[in-house]
Amino acid sequence: MSESYQYLDLAAIRARLDQSRGREYWRTLEELADSKAFEELLEREFPRQAAVWDNDPAGRRQFLKLMGASMALAGLSACTRQPTEAIMPYVRQPEQVIPGKPLYFATAVPETAVAMGVLVESHLGRPTKVEGNPDHPASLGATDAIAQASVLELYDPDRSQTLSYLGDIRPWSAFLGAVRESLAPQTAKNGAGLRFLTGATTSPTLADQFQTVLKKFPAAKWHRYEPAGRQAVLAGARMAFGQPVHTYYNIAKADVILALDSDFLCSGPASVRYASDFAARRRVRGNQTAMNRLYAIESSPTASGSKADHRLPVRVADVERFAAAIAVRVGVRGVDTSAGNPMLATGDTAKWINAAAKDLAQHRGSSAVIAGDYQSSAVHLLAHAINTALGNIGNTVIHTDPLDPNPVDDFESLRELVADMDAGKVEMLVIVGGNPVYNAPADSGFRAALSKVKLRIHLGLYANETSELCQWHVPEAHFLETWSDARAYDGTVTIMQPLILPLYFGRSVHELLAAFTDTPVPSSYDIVKDYWNRQHPGEAFEDWWRKAVHDGFVPNTALPPRQVVFRGATAATRPPVSGQGLDIIFRPDPHIHDGRYSNNGWLQELPKPLTKLTWDNAALINPATAQHLELQNEDLVELEYRGRKVQAPIWILPGHSNESVTLHLGYGRTSAGRVGNGAGFNAYLLRTSDAPWFGSGLNIRKLGSKYPLATTQHHHLMEGREIVISGKIEEYRSNPHFAKEKAVEPPALTIYPGYKYEGYAWGMAIDQTACVGCNACVTACQAENNIPVVGKDQVIMMREMHWLRIDTYYTGAMDNPETYYQPVPCMHCENAPCELVCPVQATNHSSEGLNDMVYNRCVGTRYCSNNCPYKVRRFNFFLYSDWTTPSLKLQRNPDVSVRSRGVMEKCSYCVQRINEAKIDAEKEDRRVRDGEIQTACQAVCPTQAIVFGDINDKAGRVAKMKAEELNYSLLAELNTRPRTTYLAALRNPNPEMEG
Amino acid sequence: MSQERRELLEVQPGRPPVIAPGHTFGTVTDKISSIVLNRKTPLYWFIPFAISLTLVLLFLVAVTYLFVRGVGIWGIKIPIGWGWAITNFVWWIGIGHAGTLISAILLLLHQSWRNSINRFAEAMTLFAVACAGMFPLLHLGRPWLFYWLFPYPNTMRIQPNFRSPLVWDVFAVSTYATVSFLFWFVGMLPDLATLRDRARNRFARAAYGILAMGWRGAASHWQKYETASLLLAGLATPLVISVHTVVSFDFAVAIVPGWHSTIFPPYFVAGAIYSGFAMVLVLAIPLRALYGLHDLITMRHLDNCAKVMLATAEIVAYSYIFEAFIAWYSGNTFEMFAIWNRMTGPYWPTYWLLIFCNLVAPQLLWVKKYRTNVIWLFVISLDVLVGMWLERYVIIVVSLHRDFLPSSWGMYAPTIWDVATYVGSIGLFFFLFFLFIRLLPMISIFEVRTLLPEAEVEK
Repeated sequence: MSESYQYLDLAAIRARLDQSRGREYWRTLEELADSKAFEELLEREFPRQAAVWDNDPAGRRQFLKLMGASMALAGLSACTRQPTEAIMPYVRQPEQVIPGKPLYFATAVPETAVAMGVLVESHLGRPTKVEGNPDHPASLGATDAIAQASVLELYDPDRSQTLSYLGDIRPWSAFLGAVRESLAPQTAKNGAGLRFLTGATTSPTLADQFQTVLKKFPAAKWHRYEPAGRQAVLAGARMAFGQPVHTYYNIAKADVILALDSDFLCSGPASVRYASDFAARRRVRGNQTAMNRLYAIESSPTASGSKADHRLPVRVADVERFAAAIAVRVGVRGVDTSAGNPMLATGDTAKWINAAAKDLAQHRGSSAVIAGDYQSSAVHLLAHAINTALGNIGNTVIHTDPLDPNPVDDFESLRELVADMDAGKVEMLVIVGGNPVYNAPADSGFRAALSKVKLRIHLGLYANETSELCQWHVPEAHFLETWSDARAYDGTVTIMQPLILPLYFGRSVHELLAAFTDTPVPSSYDIVKDYWNRQHPGEAFEDWWRKAVHDGFVPNTALPPRQVVFRGATAATRPPVSGQGLDIIFRPDPHIHDGRYSNNGWLQELPKPLTKLTWDNAALINPATAQHLELQNEDLVELEYRGRKVQAPIWILPGHSNESVTLHLGYGRTSAGRVGNGAGFNAYLLRTSDAPWFGSGLNIRKLGSKYPLATTQHHHLMEGREIVISGKIEEYRSNPHFAKEKAVEPPALTIYPGYKYEGYAWGMAIDQTACVGCNACVTACQAENNIPVVGKDQVIMMREMHWLRIDTYYTGAMDNPETYYQPVPCMHCENAPCELVCPVQATNHSSEGLNDMVYNRCVGTRYCSNNCPYKVRRFNFFLYSDWTTPSLKLQRNPDVSVRSRGVMEKCSYCVQRINEAKIDAEKEDRRVRDGEIQTACQAVCPTQAIVFGDINDKAGRVAKMKAEELNYSLLAELNTRPRTTYLAALRNPNPEMEG
Repeated sequence: MSQERRELLEVQPGRPPVIAPGHTFGTVTDKISSIVLNRKTPLYWFIPFAISLTLVLLFLVAVTYLFVRGVGIWGIKIPIGWGWAITNFVWWIGIGHAGTLISAILLLLHQSWRNSINRFAEAMTLFAVACAGMFPLLHLGRPWLFYWLFPYPNTMRIQPNFRSPLVWDVFAVSTYATVSFLFWFVGMLPDLATLRDRARNRFARAAYGILAMGWRGAASHWQKYETASLLLAGLATPLVISVHTVVSFDFAVAIVPGWHSTIFPPYFVAGAIYSGFAMVLVLAIPLRALYGLHDLITMRHLDNCAKVMLATAEIVAYSYIFEAFIAWYSGNTFEMFAIWNRMTGPYWPTYWLLIFCNLVAPQLLWVKKYRTNVIWLFVISLDVLVGMWLERYVIIVVSLHRDFLPSSWGMYAPTIWDVATYVGSIGLFFFLFFLFIRLLPMISIFEVRTLLPEAEVEK
C-alpha cells in the first residue's frame, strides 16, 4: 500500500451502504470505502494503458493496430544482431593437456588438519577423483572415504558463493576496508580486543602467519576449538611426560596390539596407514602363517574392535580400570590397586586380562597399547605407562613434538574465549573455518556471548549456523582450490597445490590472515611459497619447491622421534564412579565427523560401519539394554542428561557395552545445506565441556512414536549358509583346505565345451581377513563411476545405488558377536544368470570374461536383478542422477556414462580403466602388465584386500591369490563360476583364551 | 449327433437341461438380439458401467503418473524387482484361459453345451489379455522402448535375446491375443449379420454391416466358416497350454528359490483355467440374473463350470503339496528355506490365505448343493480369483524378498499407485466387458440355435 493509504472509515461505508438502492456488489471493504488509495491500487493492478479494448468506438481498430505492431516487433527481436565473440582454438596446445587423458596432481587432504597425501585426477582442469599418493607415509596409495568424497564437497552447489555483510553481497575490497577500519583502534591497544578462533591446524605457514599477527598485535589471542579433537591424547601426554608430545604407532612392528577403546584402524588421521600395516601382518599366504594379534576392549563397537581376535565390550568408565588392571599385570609400578580393582578379581574378565597381559609381556618391544582418542587422559597415561614398561617406546610407539603449533586444550581455550567475550573484552572475533555456534558444548554459552562481540567475521566453506550470527562471512576456498601446507600424522609436510581456481572466489585462511598484516594482501601461493623460501633460502629453492609440490610431500620433514621419560604418577588415577542412569558416549560420526561433512551426499548415504545406517544418527544401545528398557529399533526416545533433553531414535547394536548409549555428533544441522539439513538429531545439545566424550546419568524415556531410519542391511545373520567362510589360524595350519571343503563348486556338467578365454581374463580376489570395513572402496566407486545419491526415503525403499557394498555379518552371542565384512561387487559370473534372462541383450559377456552392462540397450525389466543371486544390480527407479546442477556436471568422470531413469546398472570392474590400460598397452605392443589396472575400490583400499587383474597371467597377483587354499567362490553351489572370489577370513585367537 | 443332442436337450431327472424347453429359432434370436437392438439400456447396465469408467480414469491417472515419474512410484525395490505389476500380468493372463478353453478345446471335444457361454467367455479372454498385456509394458523402466522386445529389422542389427523367457512371453502373448481375437471375431460374423438385418437404426445397420463383412448365410459361407473356426480352434488349443507354460517359464527358468521348479508349467496352466472358470462364473451369474437369461445359461452350465474348477483345484492342490515336498526332498538349503519362509516367514498370512482360498474352500464343490446354488458358486468363484492372485503374489514377492544372501533380504509393500493400477485394470476389464454386452450379442445366437430341436428337424 502506498503512503497515501488511509485507514478505513467504517462509519462512512455503512452510511454508503445505507444510501444505496438495490443490491450492491462489493469485493473488499476498501472498494466499498471508495477511497483514493483503493483506486490507486486498482490502477496499479490493472493499468488503463494495458486495456486496449475499452469502450472507445475506435477500439477495434486500435486493437488491430496493436496486434499488428506486436507481431512486427516479435519478428524484429529475432533479427537482433548478436555481438561477435571470437572463440580461440589452442594455437599452441598446453603441453600434456589432452582431452580424454587425465593428469594427476599431488596434494593432501587435510582431515582434522592432518594431511593425507593424495594424487588428484584432473580432466581438462576439473578435479574429478582423489587417489592416494603411494609415496606419502599416511596414504601409501590408499585413502579413506572422506578423502574420496572431498571432490563432491568441492562442487557442492550449496557451498557459500559470495562474500557477504549482514547477508548482502560485498566485494573482497569492502571486506578488507572493514577489517582495516576495525584494526586501526586495535593497533593502538596492541590488539587487546582481537581474537582468532580456529580449529586444529598443522600448517607451518599458518603457524608462521599467526606468529606475525601476534607479533603485530601482542595482546591479541589465538584460540582453538576442535569439537572432535584429541584433547585427551594431549592431556594424557602431559600427565605422562610433563609435555605435550604427539604419539604415533608403528603397527608394522607390533605382534600384539591392545586397543583401549580405540578405533585406530578406521578413524583418525593415521588410520589408513595403520590399517595398511595391520593387514600386512595378517596376510596368510601358503606357508606364511604368522599373524599379529589384536585385543580390543570397547565401549562402543568400531571397525577395529570387529577385526580384533579378542574383543570385550566394557562400559566406558571401566576402560580406565581395565587399563589399570593390565598395567598391574604387566608390572607397571605404582598403579593404585588399593581401591580394589574388580577387573583383577577372578572371573572371565580377569582371565581375559591375565591372558592378554601375559601375551603383551611376552612381546616386549613388539607390542603396542593404543588408547582411544576419546578416552580419558588417565587411560592415555596408563597406556604410556604400559608401553614404557613393555619397552615399546621407540619401537612400536613413537613420540614426537606435537603436530599442532598451538597445542592447547580445546575446551579450555573456548572457555577462555567465552569468558573474554562475556566480559566485553572481545571487540573483533575472527572465526576461521569452524562452526562453534553449532558444535560448542552446550554449557559453553558461546552463542549468547557471541552477540557481545562488536565485529564478527566468519570464514567457511558453507554459510552455516555460525556465519548466520556473524556480520561478515567470507567464503573459504576448498583445499582443492588453493595453496596451503599441512603435516601428516608423522609430521611429514605436504605442500598442497590447487587443482582449480576457486569456483566461488573463495579465500584461503592464509589470505584472510594476511589481511591483518599485509597490504596489499598477497595470494595464497605467495604466502606459502614465501614461507618455504625462508626455510630453504638460496638458489636451489626453486628446484626444491618444484620437487616438493610435484611429489606431494617434503622428504625428511617427519618430526624426529623424541626421547621422553615417563614420569607420570599412575597412582593418581582414580577411575570415575558410575552414577545413576545409563552411560552416555559421544563419538564423532564415522562419516560426517563433527558435522563438517553434513552436506556431502556421498558421506550421508554411505552406510555407517556395523549399523549400516544412512542419513541419520541414532542412539546406539546393546540388545540386553534394549530388552530391559523395552526398546526397539526406530523407537523415538527422549534422552535426558544433566538437565538437557534431546529426542533421538533408538538403534540396537550388538556388541555395544551394557547400559550405555552412543551418540554420534555432527547431525541435527539447521544450516548445513540442502543435503545435511534436518538429518538426524543434534547430540551437541547434550554435550558438556567437562565431560566431552562420556559421562553417566543419562535417562531414557520412550515417547511411543517411531522415527524411520534408513539402513542398507536388515539382516546380519548368515542363516547357516556358507557366505563368509572363516576360521582360526590353527585350523588353517592343520587343514589349509577348510574353505574349499565348505564351498564346493559342482562339476561342470555340460556337453558344450566351455569358452576359452585366450587373451585377458579379468578377475578379482577379495581378502576377507584384510577388510576392515572402512567403506573407502564404496565411496571411491561412487566417485569413479558417477553413482548418484538417492536420498533417505529411497534408501528406506532399498533403492540405494552403490555398486559395491560391504555386507556385515555377525556370528556368536548378541552381546559380543564376531563380525565379518564381505565387500560385494559384481561377481562377473562366467555362467551369469543375469545374461540369460535379459530380453534385449542389454547385459552380455565380453570375450575377457566381463559381464558388461549396455545402458543404452536396457529397457528396465529388472529380470536380471531378480535372477542375480548376489543382488549386486542397481536400478534407476527414478531419474536419480542430477542432470541439471551445473557444478555437479563438472564432478563427473567423463569416461563413465551418467545413467538415466529406468536403466539397470552395476559394477563394471571399472571397465573404463581396463580399456585405458589396454589402449596404452596396445600402443606399445605389449600385454597389460600385472597391477597396471587398479579398479577404484582396489586403489583406495588401505589394506589391499581387493586385488584385480588378469587371471590368465599366472604370475600375476590375482592369479596367485586365487590359487591360495583359502580362495573360494561365494554361492559356489549355484555353478555361476564367479570371477570375483573371496579368501576366507582368518583370526588369530590366543589359544589360552579359547574354550 | 442326434443321440448326443438328444442327451443334451432331454430333461433328465436331477439334471437341468442345456437350454430351457420352449425355445424356437425365432425366440432365441429375438431374445439375444433384443438386448443389443431393442431393449432400453437398463439402469443395471449404466451403474456398473459408470463405476468401471471411473476406474478407467483412475487407471489413466496412475499410468500417466507412472510415465512421468518412473516405476519408482511402485513399491518395487532391490531385491523385489517385480511386484504387483507382474502379479497382475500373470493373473489376468490366467483368467483369459477359460475363454479359449471353452471355445476351442470344448469345440473340438464336441461339448455343445458350451455354445451359450463361449461368446462372452471369449470376450472375457480378449479383455483379460488386453489388461494383462499392458502390465509388462508398464513395468518397464523405459516403457517407450517396449518394441525392442520384438525381433524387427533395424540398423543396429540387434535382435532380442531368444534365450530369455520374456521374449518367449512376447511371442506367446501376442500370438494368443491375435488368435483369440480372430476366433472371437470370426465366430461372431453370422450374428453380426443377424444384427445388421434386424437393426432399425441406420448407423447401427452400417456399423454391423461393415463388421459382418458381407455375411449372407450362404451355404458356401457356412462351409468356409466351419473350416475356419475348426482351424482356429485347432490353433487356439495348443495356445491354451502354451501361453501359461511360457509365462511359467519366466519363473521356472530363473534360479530364484521358489521359482526354479519343473512343476511350474502344468501347475500354471491348471491355475490359469481354474481362475478363468472362476471369472466366467463371476460374470455369468449376475448376467443371467439381470438379463433374464436363465433359459439360455442354465444351471447345467454353471454346474459344468464348477466341475472344471473343482478338477483344476485338485491339480493346483497337488502342485502346492508337491512343491513343498520336492523342496524338502531336494535337501537344498535355499529351496527348503524358500518354502519354509512362505509358510512361516513374514508373509505367512498370504500363503495360508492362498491355501485356504485355492485349496480348502473350493472343496465345497464336491457337494452338489453348493454347485447348484448360484450364491455359493459366486462366492467360491470370487474366493478363487482372490486365491489365484495371492498365489502369484506369493510366488513373485515372497520368493524374491529372501533369496540367497541374507544381507540383501528386504520387505515389500505396495504403494497407492500399485493399487490404483491394479484396480484401474479391473475397471478397464469391466469397462470393455460392459461395452461388449451392450453392443454385441453376448451369447452366440446361431450356435445356440443349433442346440434346439428345430435344428434336428432340418436334418
